[in-house]
Amino acid sequence: MEEQMMVVAEHVSMRFNMSSEKFDSFKEYVIKSIKKQVSFNEFWALNDVSFSLKKGDSLGLIGLNGSGKSTMLKTIAGVLKPTKGSVKVFGSVAPLIELGAGFDMDLTARENVFLNGALLGYKRKEMEEFYDDIVEFSELGNFMNIPVKNFSSGMISRLAFAIATIGTPDILIVDEVLSVGDFRFQNKCEERIQKMIDGGTTILFVSHSIEQVKKICNKILWLDHGNVKMFGDADEVCDIYSKA
Amino acid sequence: MTTYIQNFLKFQSLLIELVGRDIKIKYRRSVLGVLWTLLNPLLMMIVLSVVFSNLFKFDVENFPLYLLSGQVIFNFFSDSTTSSMSAIVQNAPLIKKIYIPKYLFVLARIASSSINLMASFTALLLVMIAMRVELHYMVIFVFVPIVLLVTFSLGIGLILSALVVKFRDIMHLYSVFTTALMYLTPVIYPLTILPNWIRTIVMINPITNYLIMFRNVMLYNKFLGWGNLALGIVEAGLALALGLYVFYKNQDEFILNI
Repeated sequence: MEEQMMVVAEHVSMRFNMSSEKFDSFKEYVIKSIKKQVSFNEFWALNDVSFSLKKGDSLGLIGLNGSGKSTMLKTIAGVLKPTKGSVKVFGSVAPLIELGAGFDMDLTARENVFLNGALLGYKRKEMEEFYDDIVEFSELGNFMNIPVKNFSSGMISRLAFAIATIGTPDILIVDEVLSVGDFRFQNKCEERIQKMIDGGTTILFVSHSIEQVKKICNKILWLDHGNVKMFGDADEVCDIYSKA
Repeated sequence: MTTYIQNFLKFQSLLIELVGRDIKIKYRRSVLGVLWTLLNPLLMMIVLSVVFSNLFKFDVENFPLYLLSGQVIFNFFSDSTTSSMSAIVQNAPLIKKIYIPKYLFVLARIASSSINLMASFTALLLVMIAMRVELHYMVIFVFVPIVLLVTFSLGIGLILSALVVKFRDIMHLYSVFTTALMYLTPVIYPLTILPNWIRTIVMINPITNYLIMFRNVMLYNKFLGWGNLALGIVEAGLALALGLYVFYKNQDEFILNI
Protein backbone atom coordinates (compact mmCIF):
# COMPACT_ATOMS: atom_id res chain seq x y z
CA MET A 1 0.00 0.00 0.00
CA GLU A 2 1.60 3.19 -1.12
CA GLU A 3 -1.09 5.56 -0.10
CA GLN A 4 -1.63 6.11 3.55
CA MET A 5 -5.00 5.36 5.04
CA MET A 6 -6.45 8.20 7.07
CA VAL A 7 -9.86 7.00 8.22
CA VAL A 8 -11.06 3.44 8.23
CA ALA A 9 -14.62 2.79 9.35
CA GLU A 10 -15.59 -0.84 9.59
CA HIS A 11 -19.19 -1.93 10.06
CA VAL A 12 -19.99 1.02 12.27
CA SER A 13 -23.36 0.85 13.97
CA MET A 14 -24.61 3.30 16.52
CA ARG A 15 -27.55 2.60 18.76
CA PHE A 16 -29.37 5.16 20.82
CA ASN A 17 -31.55 4.17 23.66
CA MET A 18 -34.63 6.28 23.45
CA SER A 19 -35.61 5.43 27.00
CA SER A 20 -32.50 7.03 28.44
CA GLU A 21 -34.05 10.41 27.74
CA LYS A 22 -37.16 9.67 29.65
CA PHE A 23 -36.06 9.63 33.23
CA ASP A 24 -33.50 11.70 34.95
CA SER A 25 -34.40 11.38 38.56
CA PHE A 26 -34.09 8.62 41.09
CA LYS A 27 -37.78 8.52 41.78
CA GLU A 28 -38.77 7.99 38.20
CA TYR A 29 -36.00 5.49 37.70
CA VAL A 30 -37.01 3.41 40.69
CA ILE A 31 -40.70 3.54 39.90
CA LYS A 32 -40.14 2.68 36.29
CA SER A 33 -37.76 -0.16 36.99
CA ILE A 34 -40.19 -1.63 39.48
CA LYS A 35 -43.00 -1.38 37.01
CA LYS A 36 -40.60 -2.69 34.37
CA GLN A 37 -41.38 0.33 32.28
CA VAL A 38 -37.81 1.00 31.31
CA SER A 39 -38.71 0.32 27.77
CA PHE A 40 -35.87 -0.18 25.42
CA ASN A 41 -36.92 1.71 22.41
CA GLU A 42 -33.91 1.22 20.27
CA PHE A 43 -32.97 3.56 17.53
CA TRP A 44 -30.16 2.81 15.16
CA ALA A 45 -28.68 6.06 13.93
CA LEU A 46 -26.08 4.21 11.93
CA ASN A 47 -26.32 0.75 10.52
CA ASP A 48 -23.28 -1.13 9.33
CA VAL A 49 -21.47 1.76 7.70
CA SER A 50 -18.08 1.01 6.21
CA PHE A 51 -15.75 3.18 4.19
CA SER A 52 -12.14 4.22 4.08
CA LEU A 53 -10.32 7.37 3.12
CA LYS A 54 -6.77 7.78 1.92
CA LYS A 55 -4.50 10.72 2.48
CA GLY A 56 -5.58 13.70 0.42
CA ASP A 57 -9.14 12.50 -0.01
CA SER A 58 -11.96 14.79 0.95
CA LEU A 59 -15.24 13.24 1.86
CA GLY A 60 -18.63 14.84 1.57
CA LEU A 61 -21.49 13.42 3.60
CA ILE A 62 -24.91 13.96 2.13
CA GLY A 63 -28.38 12.84 2.99
CA LEU A 64 -31.58 14.18 4.45
CA ASN A 65 -31.97 15.45 7.98
CA GLY A 66 -31.70 12.61 10.45
CA SER A 67 -29.86 10.32 8.11
CA GLY A 68 -26.93 9.98 10.49
CA LYS A 69 -24.38 12.37 8.98
CA SER A 70 -23.53 14.15 12.19
CA THR A 71 -23.49 10.90 14.13
CA MET A 72 -20.98 9.56 11.64
CA LEU A 73 -18.78 12.60 12.08
CA LYS A 74 -19.01 12.34 15.83
CA THR A 75 -17.83 8.75 15.82
CA ILE A 76 -14.87 9.83 13.70
CA ALA A 77 -14.11 12.73 16.02
CA GLY A 78 -14.12 10.32 18.94
CA VAL A 79 -17.06 12.00 20.64
CA LEU A 80 -19.26 8.93 20.28
CA LYS A 81 -18.12 5.39 20.61
CA PRO A 82 -19.81 3.12 18.07
CA THR A 83 -22.02 0.40 19.53
CA LYS A 84 -20.63 -2.07 17.02
CA GLY A 85 -17.74 -1.92 14.62
CA SER A 86 -14.77 0.37 14.80
CA VAL A 87 -13.45 3.64 13.49
CA LYS A 88 -9.73 3.98 13.12
CA VAL A 89 -8.30 7.43 12.62
CA PHE A 90 -4.69 7.97 11.72
CA GLY A 91 -3.55 11.45 12.56
CA SER A 92 -4.83 14.52 14.35
CA VAL A 93 -8.45 15.52 14.03
CA ALA A 94 -9.52 19.16 14.13
CA PRO A 95 -13.25 19.43 14.58
CA LEU A 96 -14.76 22.61 13.24
CA ILE A 97 -16.85 23.18 16.30
CA GLU A 98 -20.40 24.13 15.50
CA LEU A 99 -21.26 27.74 15.98
CA GLY A 100 -19.39 28.72 19.07
CA ALA A 101 -19.85 25.49 20.99
CA GLY A 102 -16.35 25.86 22.28
CA PHE A 103 -16.78 29.48 23.23
CA ASP A 104 -17.38 30.76 26.68
CA MET A 105 -19.73 33.66 26.17
CA ASP A 106 -18.38 35.61 29.14
CA LEU A 107 -14.81 35.60 27.94
CA THR A 108 -13.44 38.04 25.41
CA ALA A 109 -12.68 36.94 21.87
CA ARG A 110 -8.98 36.98 22.66
CA GLU A 111 -9.38 34.72 25.66
CA ASN A 112 -11.63 32.44 23.65
CA VAL A 113 -8.95 32.05 21.00
CA PHE A 114 -6.63 30.56 23.58
CA LEU A 115 -9.37 28.47 25.21
CA ASN A 116 -10.42 27.02 21.87
CA GLY A 117 -6.86 26.45 20.83
CA ALA A 118 -6.37 24.46 24.01
CA LEU A 119 -9.53 22.49 23.26
CA LEU A 120 -7.98 21.53 19.96
CA GLY A 121 -4.83 20.50 21.76
CA TYR A 122 -2.55 23.43 20.99
CA LYS A 123 -0.13 24.87 23.52
CA ARG A 124 -0.41 28.49 24.51
CA LYS A 125 2.89 29.29 22.83
CA GLU A 126 1.73 27.79 19.54
CA MET A 127 -1.48 29.77 19.81
CA GLU A 128 0.42 33.00 20.24
CA GLU A 129 2.10 32.35 16.90
CA PHE A 130 -1.26 31.72 15.25
CA TYR A 131 -2.98 34.63 16.95
CA ASP A 132 -2.31 37.34 14.36
CA ASP A 133 -3.34 35.03 11.58
CA ILE A 134 -6.63 34.26 13.33
CA VAL A 135 -7.40 37.93 13.88
CA GLU A 136 -6.60 38.75 10.29
CA PHE A 137 -8.63 35.94 8.79
CA SER A 138 -11.69 36.52 10.95
CA GLU A 139 -11.50 40.29 10.31
CA LEU A 140 -12.31 40.98 13.93
CA GLY A 141 -9.29 43.13 14.71
CA ASN A 142 -11.30 45.77 16.57
CA PHE A 143 -13.38 43.35 18.58
CA MET A 144 -10.85 41.04 20.15
CA ASN A 145 -11.24 42.49 23.63
CA ILE A 146 -15.02 42.33 23.69
CA PRO A 147 -16.91 39.47 25.37
CA VAL A 148 -18.17 37.03 22.80
CA LYS A 149 -21.73 37.28 24.10
CA ASN A 150 -21.96 40.63 22.31
CA PHE A 151 -20.95 39.11 18.99
CA SER A 152 -23.32 38.42 16.13
CA SER A 153 -23.63 34.83 14.98
CA GLY A 154 -21.71 35.68 11.85
CA MET A 155 -18.82 37.05 13.87
CA ILE A 156 -18.77 33.97 16.09
CA SER A 157 -18.66 31.59 13.17
CA ARG A 158 -15.91 33.62 11.50
CA LEU A 159 -13.84 33.37 14.64
CA ALA A 160 -14.63 29.68 15.07
CA PHE A 161 -13.62 28.94 11.51
CA ALA A 162 -10.40 30.91 11.80
CA ILE A 163 -9.41 29.03 14.96
CA ALA A 164 -10.28 25.57 13.71
CA THR A 165 -8.31 25.93 10.51
CA ILE A 166 -5.01 26.96 12.04
CA GLY A 167 -2.02 24.74 11.67
CA THR A 168 -2.14 21.67 9.50
CA PRO A 169 -4.42 19.08 11.04
CA ASP A 170 -4.44 15.71 9.28
CA ILE A 171 -8.22 15.62 9.32
CA LEU A 172 -10.62 18.55 9.40
CA ILE A 173 -14.27 18.06 10.23
CA VAL A 174 -16.64 20.67 8.83
CA ASP A 175 -20.24 20.29 9.89
CA GLU A 176 -22.55 22.71 8.11
CA VAL A 177 -20.80 25.77 9.35
CA LEU A 178 -20.19 27.24 5.97
CA SER A 179 -23.80 28.22 5.56
CA VAL A 180 -23.29 31.21 7.82
CA GLY A 181 -21.44 34.38 7.09
CA ASP A 182 -21.87 36.47 4.00
CA PHE A 183 -21.11 35.34 0.50
CA ARG A 184 -17.65 36.85 0.46
CA PHE A 185 -16.64 35.13 3.67
CA GLN A 186 -18.01 31.81 2.46
CA ASN A 187 -15.75 32.07 -0.55
CA LYS A 188 -12.84 32.87 1.69
CA CYS A 189 -13.58 29.77 3.75
CA GLU A 190 -13.81 27.58 0.68
CA GLU A 191 -10.49 28.93 -0.52
CA ARG A 192 -8.92 28.11 2.78
CA ILE A 193 -10.33 24.60 2.77
CA GLN A 194 -9.08 24.11 -0.76
CA LYS A 195 -5.64 25.24 0.35
CA MET A 196 -5.73 22.71 3.17
CA ILE A 197 -6.72 19.93 0.80
CA ASP A 198 -3.80 20.85 -1.42
CA GLY A 199 -1.62 20.71 1.66
CA GLY A 200 -2.67 17.10 2.22
CA THR A 201 -5.39 17.54 4.82
CA THR A 202 -8.30 15.15 4.69
CA ILE A 203 -11.61 16.98 4.87
CA LEU A 204 -14.87 15.55 6.15
CA PHE A 205 -17.63 17.83 5.04
CA VAL A 206 -21.33 17.88 5.76
CA SER A 207 -23.58 20.15 3.79
CA HIS A 208 -27.01 20.28 2.27
CA SER A 209 -25.70 22.28 -0.62
CA ILE A 210 -24.78 19.75 -3.26
CA GLU A 211 -22.85 22.38 -5.21
CA GLN A 212 -20.58 23.08 -2.29
CA VAL A 213 -19.96 19.38 -1.76
CA LYS A 214 -19.18 18.91 -5.41
CA LYS A 215 -16.76 21.82 -5.40
CA ILE A 216 -14.83 20.66 -2.36
CA CYS A 217 -14.99 16.88 -2.19
CA ASN A 218 -13.76 14.04 -4.35
CA LYS A 219 -15.53 11.25 -2.46
CA ILE A 220 -19.10 11.17 -1.27
CA LEU A 221 -20.87 9.08 1.31
CA TRP A 222 -24.62 9.16 0.90
CA LEU A 223 -26.50 8.13 4.00
CA ASP A 224 -30.16 7.30 4.26
CA HIS A 225 -31.69 6.49 7.64
CA GLY A 226 -28.37 5.27 8.90
CA ASN A 227 -27.64 3.04 5.94
CA VAL A 228 -25.10 3.64 3.24
CA LYS A 229 -26.96 4.37 0.07
CA MET A 230 -23.87 4.99 -1.97
CA PHE A 231 -20.19 5.58 -1.53
CA GLY A 232 -17.93 6.58 -4.35
CA ASP A 233 -16.52 9.34 -6.48
CA ALA A 234 -18.13 12.72 -6.15
CA ASP A 235 -19.43 13.23 -9.67
CA GLU A 236 -20.99 9.81 -9.91
CA VAL A 237 -22.86 10.02 -6.63
CA CYS A 238 -23.88 13.62 -7.19
CA ASP A 239 -25.55 12.80 -10.46
CA ILE A 240 -27.68 10.12 -8.91
CA TYR A 241 -28.37 12.18 -5.80
CA SER A 242 -29.67 15.17 -7.76
CA LYS A 243 -31.96 12.92 -9.76
CA ALA A 244 -33.36 11.23 -6.67
CA MET B 1 -0.74 3.69 30.05
CA THR B 2 1.66 5.68 27.89
CA THR B 3 -1.22 6.76 25.67
CA TYR B 4 -2.97 8.12 28.74
CA ILE B 5 0.08 10.12 29.67
CA GLN B 6 0.55 11.40 26.12
CA ASN B 7 -3.08 12.41 26.01
CA PHE B 8 -2.73 14.21 29.30
CA LEU B 9 0.32 16.10 28.11
CA LYS B 10 -1.46 17.12 24.93
CA PHE B 11 -4.35 18.57 26.90
CA GLN B 12 -2.30 20.00 29.73
CA SER B 13 -2.67 23.48 28.35
CA LEU B 14 -6.42 22.97 28.25
CA LEU B 15 -6.38 22.28 31.95
CA ILE B 16 -4.58 25.56 32.54
CA GLU B 17 -7.01 27.44 30.29
CA LEU B 18 -10.03 25.91 32.03
CA VAL B 19 -8.75 26.81 35.47
CA GLY B 20 -7.90 30.30 34.26
CA ARG B 21 -11.38 30.68 32.86
CA ASP B 22 -13.04 29.62 36.10
CA ILE B 23 -11.10 32.18 38.07
CA LYS B 24 -11.45 34.97 35.51
CA ILE B 25 -15.21 34.57 35.27
CA LYS B 26 -15.70 34.34 38.99
CA TYR B 27 -14.10 37.69 39.62
CA ARG B 28 -14.95 39.57 36.44
CA ARG B 29 -16.55 42.93 37.14
CA SER B 30 -15.65 42.90 40.79
CA VAL B 31 -13.46 45.78 41.86
CA LEU B 32 -11.23 43.83 44.19
CA GLY B 33 -10.97 40.84 41.86
CA VAL B 34 -8.97 37.86 43.02
CA LEU B 35 -8.49 39.54 46.40
CA TRP B 36 -11.95 38.24 47.24
CA THR B 37 -10.66 34.69 47.60
CA LEU B 38 -8.65 36.06 50.50
CA LEU B 39 -11.22 38.49 51.87
CA ASN B 40 -14.14 36.10 51.76
CA PRO B 41 -12.88 33.61 54.36
CA LEU B 42 -11.58 36.48 56.50
CA LEU B 43 -14.93 38.19 56.65
CA MET B 44 -16.75 34.92 57.19
CA MET B 45 -14.44 34.14 60.04
CA ILE B 46 -15.06 37.49 61.69
CA VAL B 47 -18.83 36.99 61.52
CA LEU B 48 -18.70 33.44 62.79
CA SER B 49 -16.23 34.02 65.57
CA VAL B 50 -18.21 37.03 66.81
CA VAL B 51 -21.37 34.94 66.79
CA PHE B 52 -19.91 31.86 68.33
CA SER B 53 -17.66 33.39 70.93
CA ASN B 54 -20.60 35.36 72.31
CA LEU B 55 -23.47 32.97 71.75
CA PHE B 56 -21.99 29.63 72.60
CA LYS B 57 -18.98 29.49 74.83
CA PHE B 58 -16.71 26.65 73.86
CA ASP B 59 -13.66 26.05 75.90
CA VAL B 60 -11.25 26.34 73.02
CA GLU B 61 -8.02 28.22 73.01
CA ASN B 62 -7.83 30.74 70.14
CA PHE B 63 -11.35 30.03 69.04
CA PRO B 64 -11.24 32.21 65.87
CA LEU B 65 -8.28 30.19 64.64
CA TYR B 66 -9.92 26.91 65.54
CA LEU B 67 -12.95 27.95 63.57
CA LEU B 68 -11.08 29.36 60.61
CA SER B 69 -8.87 26.29 60.23
CA GLY B 70 -11.97 24.12 60.30
CA GLN B 71 -13.58 26.28 57.67
CA VAL B 72 -10.57 26.28 55.38
CA ILE B 73 -10.61 22.50 55.27
CA PHE B 74 -14.32 21.90 55.20
CA ASN B 75 -15.15 24.64 52.70
CA PHE B 76 -12.56 23.27 50.33
CA PHE B 77 -14.15 19.85 50.45
CA SER B 78 -17.67 21.11 49.99
CA ASP B 79 -16.81 23.69 47.29
CA SER B 80 -14.58 21.41 45.26
CA THR B 81 -16.95 18.46 45.28
CA THR B 82 -19.99 20.63 44.61
CA SER B 83 -18.37 22.33 41.66
CA SER B 84 -16.88 19.17 40.20
CA MET B 85 -20.24 17.48 40.54
CA SER B 86 -21.63 19.67 37.76
CA ALA B 87 -18.44 19.65 35.69
CA ILE B 88 -19.65 17.14 33.13
CA VAL B 89 -23.23 18.36 32.90
CA GLN B 90 -22.27 22.00 32.50
CA ASN B 91 -19.71 21.28 29.81
CA ALA B 92 -22.22 19.24 27.84
CA PRO B 93 -22.07 21.47 24.73
CA LEU B 94 -18.33 20.84 24.48
CA ILE B 95 -18.47 17.14 25.25
CA LYS B 96 -21.06 16.69 22.54
CA LYS B 97 -18.92 18.35 19.91
CA ILE B 98 -15.27 17.50 20.43
CA TYR B 99 -13.19 14.76 21.87
CA ILE B 100 -11.56 15.81 25.11
CA PRO B 101 -10.58 13.50 27.95
CA LYS B 102 -13.60 14.07 30.15
CA TYR B 103 -11.89 13.78 33.50
CA LEU B 104 -10.14 17.04 32.62
CA PHE B 105 -13.29 18.99 33.42
CA VAL B 106 -13.45 17.50 36.89
CA LEU B 107 -9.73 17.98 37.38
CA ALA B 108 -10.04 21.63 36.35
CA ARG B 109 -12.77 22.26 38.91
CA ILE B 110 -10.71 20.63 41.64
CA ALA B 111 -7.70 22.66 40.57
CA SER B 112 -9.56 25.97 40.73
CA SER B 113 -10.90 25.07 44.16
CA SER B 114 -7.36 24.26 45.21
CA ILE B 115 -6.31 27.74 44.21
CA ASN B 116 -9.07 29.09 46.43
CA LEU B 117 -7.80 26.82 49.15
CA MET B 118 -4.36 28.41 48.84
CA ALA B 119 -5.95 31.82 49.22
CA SER B 120 -7.96 30.89 52.28
CA PHE B 121 -4.90 29.20 53.72
CA THR B 122 -3.04 32.48 53.26
CA ALA B 123 -5.90 34.20 55.07
CA LEU B 124 -5.45 31.77 57.93
CA LEU B 125 -1.73 32.52 58.08
CA LEU B 126 -2.45 36.26 58.11
CA VAL B 127 -4.86 35.87 60.99
CA MET B 128 -2.33 33.77 62.87
CA ILE B 129 0.25 36.49 62.43
CA ALA B 130 -2.25 39.20 63.38
CA MET B 131 -3.19 37.31 66.53
CA ARG B 132 0.48 36.81 67.31
CA VAL B 133 0.15 33.07 67.46
CA GLU B 134 3.46 31.35 67.25
CA LEU B 135 4.13 29.52 63.99
CA HIS B 136 5.85 26.28 64.78
CA TYR B 137 8.22 24.39 62.56
CA MET B 138 5.65 21.57 62.31
CA VAL B 139 3.82 23.82 59.84
CA ILE B 140 6.07 22.46 57.09
CA PHE B 141 4.05 19.23 57.22
CA VAL B 142 0.86 21.06 56.37
CA PHE B 143 1.06 19.98 52.75
CA VAL B 144 0.40 16.37 53.82
CA PRO B 145 -3.22 16.74 54.96
CA ILE B 146 -3.86 19.22 52.14
CA VAL B 147 -2.59 16.90 49.39
CA LEU B 148 -4.53 13.99 50.89
CA LEU B 149 -7.69 16.06 51.11
CA VAL B 150 -7.35 17.23 47.50
CA THR B 151 -6.92 13.61 46.38
CA PHE B 152 -9.88 12.53 48.44
CA SER B 153 -12.04 15.33 47.00
CA LEU B 154 -10.95 14.46 43.46
CA GLY B 155 -12.14 10.90 43.99
CA ILE B 156 -15.48 12.03 45.40
CA GLY B 157 -15.79 14.65 42.65
CA LEU B 158 -15.27 12.01 39.95
CA ILE B 159 -17.94 9.77 41.45
CA LEU B 160 -20.43 12.61 41.82
CA SER B 161 -19.86 14.03 38.35
CA ALA B 162 -20.46 10.63 36.79
CA LEU B 163 -23.58 9.91 38.84
CA VAL B 164 -25.12 13.33 38.28
CA VAL B 165 -25.14 12.71 34.54
CA LYS B 166 -27.68 9.98 35.16
CA PHE B 167 -29.46 11.30 38.21
CA ARG B 168 -29.77 15.05 38.42
CA ASP B 169 -31.44 14.86 41.83
CA ILE B 170 -28.08 14.29 43.40
CA MET B 171 -27.31 17.96 42.86
CA HIS B 172 -30.12 18.96 45.18
CA LEU B 173 -29.52 16.18 47.63
CA TYR B 174 -25.85 16.90 47.91
CA SER B 175 -26.26 20.42 49.28
CA VAL B 176 -28.34 18.97 52.10
CA PHE B 177 -25.74 16.29 52.58
CA THR B 178 -22.86 18.77 52.87
CA THR B 179 -24.77 20.81 55.44
CA ALA B 180 -25.27 17.69 57.51
CA LEU B 181 -21.66 16.74 56.99
CA MET B 182 -20.50 20.10 58.25
CA TYR B 183 -22.17 19.46 61.58
CA LEU B 184 -20.58 16.04 61.65
CA THR B 185 -17.17 17.64 61.29
CA PRO B 186 -15.64 19.44 64.25
CA VAL B 187 -15.53 22.79 62.45
CA ILE B 188 -17.30 24.92 65.05
CA TYR B 189 -17.28 22.78 68.18
CA PRO B 190 -14.49 20.92 69.95
CA LEU B 191 -14.60 17.12 69.86
CA THR B 192 -14.55 16.98 73.65
CA ILE B 193 -18.09 18.32 74.09
CA LEU B 194 -19.60 15.43 72.18
CA PRO B 195 -21.25 12.46 73.86
CA ASN B 196 -19.48 9.24 73.03
CA TRP B 197 -21.80 7.82 70.43
CA ILE B 198 -21.88 11.00 68.37
CA ARG B 199 -18.14 11.26 68.64
CA THR B 200 -17.85 7.84 67.03
CA ILE B 201 -19.89 9.03 64.06
CA VAL B 202 -17.87 12.22 63.78
CA MET B 203 -14.66 10.23 63.82
CA ILE B 204 -15.84 8.00 60.99
CA ASN B 205 -16.20 11.07 58.80
CA PRO B 206 -12.99 11.21 56.71
CA ILE B 207 -12.94 15.02 56.76
CA THR B 208 -12.58 14.94 60.54
CA ASN B 209 -9.37 13.01 60.20
CA TYR B 210 -7.88 15.47 57.68
CA LEU B 211 -8.97 18.35 59.86
CA ILE B 212 -7.36 16.86 62.95
CA MET B 213 -4.07 16.45 61.10
CA PHE B 214 -4.33 19.99 59.75
CA ARG B 215 -4.95 21.49 63.17
CA ASN B 216 -2.23 19.39 64.75
CA VAL B 217 0.47 20.88 62.58
CA MET B 218 -0.99 24.39 62.27
CA LEU B 219 -2.09 25.13 65.81
CA TYR B 220 -0.76 22.60 68.25
CA ASN B 221 2.79 22.00 67.09
CA LYS B 222 2.13 18.29 67.01
CA PHE B 223 3.06 15.79 64.35
CA LEU B 224 0.23 14.53 62.15
CA GLY B 225 -0.05 11.29 64.07
CA TRP B 226 0.90 8.03 62.39
CA GLY B 227 -2.52 6.48 62.84
CA ASN B 228 -4.26 9.50 61.35
CA LEU B 229 -1.76 9.62 58.52
CA ALA B 230 -2.23 5.95 57.60
CA LEU B 231 -6.01 6.28 57.73
CA GLY B 232 -5.87 9.47 55.66
CA ILE B 233 -3.74 7.86 52.96
CA VAL B 234 -5.98 4.80 52.78
CA GLU B 235 -9.15 6.88 52.56
CA ALA B 236 -7.73 9.18 49.90
CA GLY B 237 -6.45 6.22 47.89
CA LEU B 238 -9.76 4.40 48.13
CA ALA B 239 -11.76 7.47 47.14
CA LEU B 240 -9.55 8.10 44.12
CA ALA B 241 -9.55 4.48 43.00
CA LEU B 242 -13.31 4.22 43.32
CA GLY B 243 -13.75 7.58 41.61
CA LEU B 244 -11.61 6.58 38.63
CA TYR B 245 -13.39 3.23 38.40
CA VAL B 246 -16.89 4.73 38.41
CA PHE B 247 -15.88 7.49 36.04
CA TYR B 248 -14.20 5.26 33.46
CA LYS B 249 -17.00 2.75 33.64
CA ASN B 250 -19.58 5.40 32.79
CA GLN B 251 -17.79 7.96 30.67
CA ASP B 252 -18.75 6.52 27.29
CA GLU B 253 -22.39 6.86 28.16
CA PHE B 254 -22.19 10.47 29.32
CA ILE B 255 -22.96 11.75 25.88
CA LEU B 256 -26.20 9.80 25.69
CA ASN B 257 -27.49 11.39 28.87
CA ILE B 258 -26.34 14.98 28.80
